[in-house]
Amino acid sequence: MMAEEPTPERIRDQRIYRDFGLRDDEYERICARLGRLPNYVETGIFSVMWSEHCSYKSSRKHLRALPTTGRDVLQGPGENAGIVDIGGGLGVAFKMESHNHPSAIEPYQGAATGVGGIIRDIFTMGARPIALLDSLRFGPLDRERNRYLFGRVVAGIASYGNCVGIPTVGGEVVFDEAYTHNPLVNVMCVGLIRSDRIARGVAEGVDNPVLVVGAKTGRDGIHGATFASVEDPQSHERSAVQVGDPFMEKLLLEACLELIERGIVVGIQDMGAAGLASASAEMASRAGNGIDIDVALVPRRETGMTPYEVMLSESQERMLVVVQRGREAEAQAIFTKWGLDAVVVGRVAPPLSDTSARGVGGLLCIREGGRVVGEIPVAALVDEAPVYDRPAERPAYLDDPALMAADDLPAASDLTADLLSLLARPTIASKAYVYRQYDFMVRASTVIRPGADAAVVALPDFSRGIAMTTDGNGRYVYLDPRRGSIHAVAEAARNLVCVGARPLAVTDCLNFGNPGKPGIFYQFVESIRGIGEACRALGIPVVSGNVSFYNETGGQDIFPTPVIGMVGLVENLEHLITPDLKAAGDVLILLGSDAVTLGGSEYAAMRSGRALGPTPPVDLGLEGRVQAMCREVIGAGWVRAAHDVADGGLAVAVAEMCIAGDTGAVLELAAPGRADVALFGEGGSRIVLEVAPEHVAMVEQTAAMRDVPCTTLGYVTDDGWLALTLYGKQRSDIPVKVALSVKALREQWEGALVWAMH
Amino acid sequence: MKFAVIVFPGSNCDEDAVRAVRRVLGVVVDAIWYQTASLDGYDAVIIPGGFSYGDYLRAGAIARFAPVMTAVRRHALAGRPVLGICNGFQILTEAGLLPGALLPNEHLQFRCEIVTVQVETNQTPFTSAYRVGQQIRLPIAHGQGNYYADAATLEELRAHDQIVFRYVGENPNGSVDRIAGIVNRQRNVLGMMPHPERAVHPLLGSTDGAPVFISLLHTWEALFAGPSPVETSAVGVRSACAGGRE
Repeated sequence: MMAEEPTPERIRDQRIYRDFGLRDDEYERICARLGRLPNYVETGIFSVMWSEHCSYKSSRKHLRALPTTGRDVLQGPGENAGIVDIGGGLGVAFKMESHNHPSAIEPYQGAATGVGGIIRDIFTMGARPIALLDSLRFGPLDRERNRYLFGRVVAGIASYGNCVGIPTVGGEVVFDEAYTHNPLVNVMCVGLIRSDRIARGVAEGVDNPVLVVGAKTGRDGIHGATFASVEDPQSHERSAVQVGDPFMEKLLLEACLELIERGIVVGIQDMGAAGLASASAEMASRAGNGIDIDVALVPRRETGMTPYEVMLSESQERMLVVVQRGREAEAQAIFTKWGLDAVVVGRVAPPLSDTSARGVGGLLCIREGGRVVGEIPVAALVDEAPVYDRPAERPAYLDDPALMAADDLPAASDLTADLLSLLARPTIASKAYVYRQYDFMVRASTVIRPGADAAVVALPDFSRGIAMTTDGNGRYVYLDPRRGSIHAVAEAARNLVCVGARPLAVTDCLNFGNPGKPGIFYQFVESIRGIGEACRALGIPVVSGNVSFYNETGGQDIFPTPVIGMVGLVENLEHLITPDLKAAGDVLILLGSDAVTLGGSEYAAMRSGRALGPTPPVDLGLEGRVQAMCREVIGAGWVRAAHDVADGGLAVAVAEMCIAGDTGAVLELAAPGRADVALFGEGGSRIVLEVAPEHVAMVEQTAAMRDVPCTTLGYVTDDGWLALTLYGKQRSDIPVKVALSVKALREQWEGALVWAMH
Repeated sequence: MKFAVIVFPGSNCDEDAVRAVRRVLGVVVDAIWYQTASLDGYDAVIIPGGFSYGDYLRAGAIARFAPVMTAVRRHALAGRPVLGICNGFQILTEAGLLPGALLPNEHLQFRCEIVTVQVETNQTPFTSAYRVGQQIRLPIAHGQGNYYADAATLEELRAHDQIVFRYVGENPNGSVDRIAGIVNRQRNVLGMMPHPERAVHPLLGSTDGAPVFISLLHTWEALFAGPSPVETSAVGVRSACAGGRE
């Protein structure tokens, strides 16, 4: 810590603002806006509020293009979380957020505090958190450091979620060289809310008291937001990573929900990135008011903290709450019951009268005791944060024929060995090693547990359920940013449909490299285009999201990785569908196109050791029809199992269904082209269904009526073997046969991650 | 019959226990704050799972000093049933109401899955609705479920038929003698790591936990002759579960 804070003049003359991450032109804008030089605390607050992390200055312009409205939307982007209506007076609040940078430096606390932060975003809306999901990406496990990062991130998530008592029910884990230096930790939380009890982050009602509640404030995590906005966080200190206390979070959760339930709350917001500075400015901004805060009143766990440190601390498990004037004591009684601090630190201040000169809204006034130590118009911090129109330029690699050459791979020599190897790819293999460390059953409502296409959590009366999933495919997006992003949305929706749900809405977590590189920014812009296109075509709005840039180390950027979190509604839990095969004699049917390619596939990546394109084409019209039809036949009660065909293609999908159900299957496929393409090729819009023989005709008729390609693949057996026969173009061609015991498949699939980690 | 479910700061299976009692038995059940001094009027007490006080010192080590534990001890000494599930089991051993201790899992990881457990005795108020030797499926979710007791204590437990549940197949945590649950010598205090309250609905993957609650009710009814007042319309569930299990 600095002994003495630099003067405004020194900040200017020595360009100290640059250390805060502010550019010269940004600093000049601040001076012009204030009509004077900002002091140390003001410079700090501007730097975090104008950081990429808080201001979305590079992404904002493009994010506006996403569809954010719809019949069911109760709360769109701009709040702590989005909310959709599910009828019966209930809504689902959900959001996904990244904690990539902290996790790269201190994986255990980085991941744990990521979980803590997203849980707070949900209960700050007044919603009871009912589930967590984690979308994780790491480098290959043959390297010690990647095993360390993977193991500690999972342990950190487990420690936090398990203790708070929110089940971790799903997500994904992907391994690729592209994430070696920048692992991705995206955490999603889903909550249930009474639609007439939505709390918002607004500082309304002039003179209403402003309270800091929860944990005490320390020096941890100062400038975390800034440091998430620069490349190569490794070069920074671990002390910028906060430490989580899930026990405190559990108490805070219960106390805040009680407070909201009592109707005392006017506005409430998590103190996440940029702490008190950001929470107070954003709450004031949403209400068009100001906030007057005395930092001397903020409960601390360290002595000698400066106003700068108090305003920018990212100590976890704290909230900023505005309550109705005169009801402070009631609020404090609730927090006292839970053993927590709740201290009035300030008041809501009126908007400035002279709006012409200083913009709409009020002042963020920071005092220490009687002395004013900082004074900034809220509008300058929030509404007037810079918006950049960064240049985007199609990167050369996208037109490199050598990269788009997956179909030039020589034909497979041993399909049996390839199938076993695919099942043992850590990205495809069973994730039980991960999810058995998570309490996925607490709250006793998890009716589809981890390992299926999507998880389903039952509503308290067990009549209906909330389905949820996360999906992304960085390799697809890298090879074709727009098309790959369409695939991510389509696959997420397909996963929900496969368990019998109707997709409702999206939260997106956009992980990209350095936006200052035109090629990277092109990926970003194209990706958003794709997400928007797919969401519009499938009628699914985006209600919340998060952008994580600068996932770059030593000039190496990650695969552009938009992760789509999606929730859906299962109207009738009696029609819950899982991917495990149920009964010998049932027929296996493929919905969707059999036009697949090796481009972008996990198989091509396995064979070549790198990403090989092009990303398979996607027909959103067909996608919509396949999904609608799948829901229709599930709703009719004709489907016993369903599974999305994704990484590893048809052979892997059916193998997974056999392993899950402990059954065998016999498949006969017409494969006029290459056998490996037919078995392992990828392409969207495909679902495998298990249908009882008596319902096959109905399913086929429905497919014909709905213009959905529908192929009978074979049937379920009880002999413990998966037998695949591929017939060539001509009758005289010798069929290709692949036969494997399900026991052998299971060994590879179940063992891969465990072996890799031990 | 009236149930109390104790709520410590950090309990997180309290609501599940309350809902399970309501769903399976339909009797009165109250959540009782840890600062409550008396449990008078309650027939059975459940200490639920979770992370009381964050489990920061050692699972259950701080909860045992909570005011309500004096009342729990009185309740137990009076011979009334106390059921400790998961963190509740840990608290009961820390409080000395059950012998032995729960150590960190042998593999040092948290473990959540549905396991097979064998009912070793039905001579308890918690297991009378099971058959001896019956294998049931129950969820586990814990980081410190590795039951340990010294040889003499183990011998005592065996000699007095106090081992109530044992894991079948893979031992998920390294427990000595595969122990998943034990009762005290007086047979009115049960501690178990598996979660019966999470196995009370077919959609949860198992209803094998319901007989724990049914046993408690049957025992109570036998003692006090006559059905207990029912809070909601869950009687149907109760008979359906009871019928399906015996």
